[in-house]
Amino acid sequence: MMGAGETPEYKVIGRGVPRHDARDKVFGQTKYADDFVAPPGTLCAKVLRSKYAAALIVSIDTSRAEAMPGVHAVLTAKDVPHNETTSKFGQTHSAGGGFEGLYRVVADGKVRYMGEAVALVAAETLAQAEEAARAVEVVYDPQPGVFDPVEALKPDAYRVGEEDSNVVCAYKVRKGDVEAGFAQADVIVEGEYRVPFGDHTYLEPESGMAWIDEDGVLTIRASTQVIEHFRDVADIMGLPHNRVRVIAPMLGGGFGGKEDITVEAYLALLAYKTKRPVRLTYTREESILAHSKRHPYVMRYKTGATKDGKLVALDVDLVSDAGGYPFLSPWVLLYSVVMATGPYNVPNVRVDGISALTNNTFTSAYRGFGAPQVCFAYESQMDELAKKLGLSPLELRMRNYLHTGDELGTGYALESAVLTDETAQRAWDALGEPTKPRSPDEVVGRGIASGMQSYGRLVYLHDSSRAYVGFELDGSVVVRSGVQDIGGGQTSSIAQITAEILGVPMDDITVYFGDTALTPLAGTTTATRMLYMSGNATLKAARAVREAIVAQASEMLEVDAERIDLVDRMVCVAGDEQKSLPIVDVVQACASLGVSISNLAQFNAPSRDLEESDYVIGQIHPDYTFGTHAAEVAVDTKTGKVTVLKLVAAFDVGQSINKLSAEGQLEGGTVFGVGYGLLEDVKMDHGRTVTSALDTYLVPTAADMPDVLPIMLESRGGKGPFGAKGIGEPASTSGAPAVTNAVADAIGVRLKELPVTPERILTALREREEAIR
Amino acid sequence: MDMQEIEIQVNGRPMSTTVAVDETLVDVLRYKLGIIEVKNGCGQGDCGACTVLLDGEAVNSCLTLAVQADGHRVTTTKGLGTAEDPHPLQTAFIEHGAVQCGFCSSGMILAAASLLQQNAAPTREEIREGISGNLCRCTGYTKIVDAIEEAAQARLPEERSA
Repeated sequence: MMGAGETPEYKVIGRGVPRHDARDKVFGQTKYADDFVAPPGTLCAKVLRSKYAAALIVSIDTSRAEAMPGVHAVLTAKDVPHNETTSKFGQTHSAGGGFEGLYRVVADGKVRYMGEAVALVAAETLAQAEEAARAVEVVYDPQPGVFDPVEALKPDAYRVGEEDSNVVCAYKVRKGDVEAGFAQADVIVEGEYRVPFGDHTYLEPESGMAWIDEDGVLTIRASTQVIEHFRDVADIMGLPHNRVRVIAPMLGGGFGGKEDITVEAYLALLAYKTKRPVRLTYTREESILAHSKRHPYVMRYKTGATKDGKLVALDVDLVSDAGGYPFLSPWVLLYSVVMATGPYNVPNVRVDGISALTNNTFTSAYRGFGAPQVCFAYESQMDELAKKLGLSPLELRMRNYLHTGDELGTGYALESAVLTDETAQRAWDALGEPTKPRSPDEVVGRGIASGMQSYGRLVYLHDSSRAYVGFELDGSVVVRSGVQDIGGGQTSSIAQITAEILGVPMDDITVYFGDTALTPLAGTTTATRMLYMSGNATLKAARAVREAIVAQASEMLEVDAERIDLVDRMVCVAGDEQKSLPIVDVVQACASLGVSISNLAQFNAPSRDLEESDYVIGQIHPDYTFGTHAAEVAVDTKTGKVTVLKLVAAFDVGQSINKLSAEGQLEGGTVFGVGYGLLEDVKMDHGRTVTSALDTYLVPTAADMPDVLPIMLESRGGKGPFGAKGIGEPASTSGAPAVTNAVADAIGVRLKELPVTPERILTALREREEAIR
Repeated sequence: MDMQEIEIQVNGRPMSTTVAVDETLVDVLRYKLGIIEVKNGCGQGDCGACTVLLDGEAVNSCLTLAVQADGHRVTTTKGLGTAEDPHPLQTAFIEHGAVQCGFCSSGMILAAASLLQQNAAPTREEIREGISGNLCRCTGYTKIVDAIEEAAQARLPEERSA
């Protein structure tokens, strides 16, 4: 094994070179979706949103709005050619099995959540559009609604949609015999855990612009993680797929919230109707109210272990709140049931998950995709078990981690490297000497949490990615790949891979990305898949180009191809420093001779079809990433205030492509997870979001957080390029339980609901005191 | 709505335009003057993405009316430094990997510049406090604090002014 940074046989892979996009960003040159010059005549859009969470729409009168100055269009459901389609997320293969639910562009007949689009307006100024939206007369018939997923599952519950039931989906995982497992257990812990709605809070709100281009192609530039929503837009509009183009410039963050379609369909409808460019950027309040949220879960966990600390049985019930429409809820729940056992080898498993529609804001993809919820529950249980067994939290975990070849609850045997033991030891050790309390009221505690998180999409989706790599005649290099760059260094990483293979500096490479018309489709920047998928596609294309260059150089230099390497724009010959040639000479020779100097490659992930079964079985994801967070906190027992003193993130990243970017994911992901543990809570009251601004929906600031110490292990045992594993989502998954376990260690009471706020801590301390009395 | 002619010096260049008296500085900079490196993340003064220096002092341009900037100097990240002549903060942000999505970077760098003007050698705690009005959702802040710390050290020998 090698430590991070020691990558002797690579030229640039693993190095912490500045990302190619960093310069433009600090000098203010990068253009995001709302930064492009709008041509004269561009209209501003406004979405009229429902003020009820549950209601029937009795009538809509747009006549007054349409007559207002500057107004060019007011559209409602009747104006949408195909208002009801199935929700898609860039997949090119339909998984079947209930994975795709109803997607409705604009509310029709029934409103299912507060903030659902009811009408779309385009006007010459934003003020005019806003005024016209207010002038649309909607008569609602308010309905009682249902706002709790457990309530929603009761037989007589209010029906959120048009169906007979609020159930979105239900999954079961079975392994061994749970009854028999618990019979062997010497200790059993049980608990019910709850986690809240979460807002992604990317700094850039949803934004885009649409226009009909000079060839009549409906073109949309939007801040999206999925340019392949172009197919959905085309289906909604009734246009051929090749008449809609989606472009994603650099994004100001995604975190799953821009995986669902956001502004695209609204813009398309308005641009098509008015034949003018139309722009739309959500306000922050609108973003919090109307885009997807992280799923709240109610999780009942029961875990059994023998007295020597071996897990023998796990019994889990999960209920998730899908909100008003299904979107990605089935997928997220599937992830949860598969990862409900965490990074542990449990012989007997029963997991039941169910997701219910409610009249809350709809829930969908959010960094971690169903894994952080269950990680909070299973890592809380592990600490409870350790306490009962008289083992340290680290020791109990060490006795139960999964290893390569071990089977998950679904029966899938792990194929790749698993270094969870080492991540846990390293993370724990890195906490160092305990910090002393700063006052008599303060208590200090430590926590550890390990996580398991997939990278790559569900195998049922037959995922693929494409990349083009080619030399220009001056020796510079072009990469084209339909990557969405959401800020994780997605495009810079594929430039770095290309630089490694072709022996050119990163500055010689231009990456064209994120355009369905001009760049080969690369799939979504979601599911921690972009490096894995597009990295592999780029590697494949670059290797093919390299092969052509080396073959040609071998002829020109009259040496065996095996002796040739490409370094610093030069063709070099091993053992003969005199024999060398600028790569550009070989490129030009190839061009003259008609030898191709470019390649378009496709990488396919492992895939299979969904089987007919009552249970989730076998391989569900391409692979998993494992790691551990450790935290030290101080809790003021008078105020309940938690100060996070130390944070460590130790992960097997397989192989870091860019050391700075990989560390950045670990550091940023950790803080993201800690925010989930301590702060973040979208509060809804009967479907109305109470925390609709960033002064009430709190995310971590610099002052809330200590430095994060990233520890990268490099097993080179992943399925990505050079043995890389995905790290974007895994880096946050176990952050929350690490810090909540530290709080429990400090105060001696365990809180089973996130976030662990000062109020909840004080209540728990008071309850304990009352119980003692 | 009352309209008013205003003149603002943006990164040393005088610019004039007509604005409604209730228009915010961020909207006027972005949509009337094309100063798009100033970002609007929340419009409510909570996220700091719209931070600019107004006569050298960091302000949220979403909470500042354009008419309040009339006759004053506005500095954005482009005014602080360029690729040819970068400010030490910009260099440090690039080299430390303190930039991910970049949407907060412009405001964050200006908040840091303002901090370093008031406190040339801040501790890491003081840096964290000083940029706590600027949210970053990607980096977890560690590399940003590293970058500001290094820029402060780089600046100490030769006091550059923003």
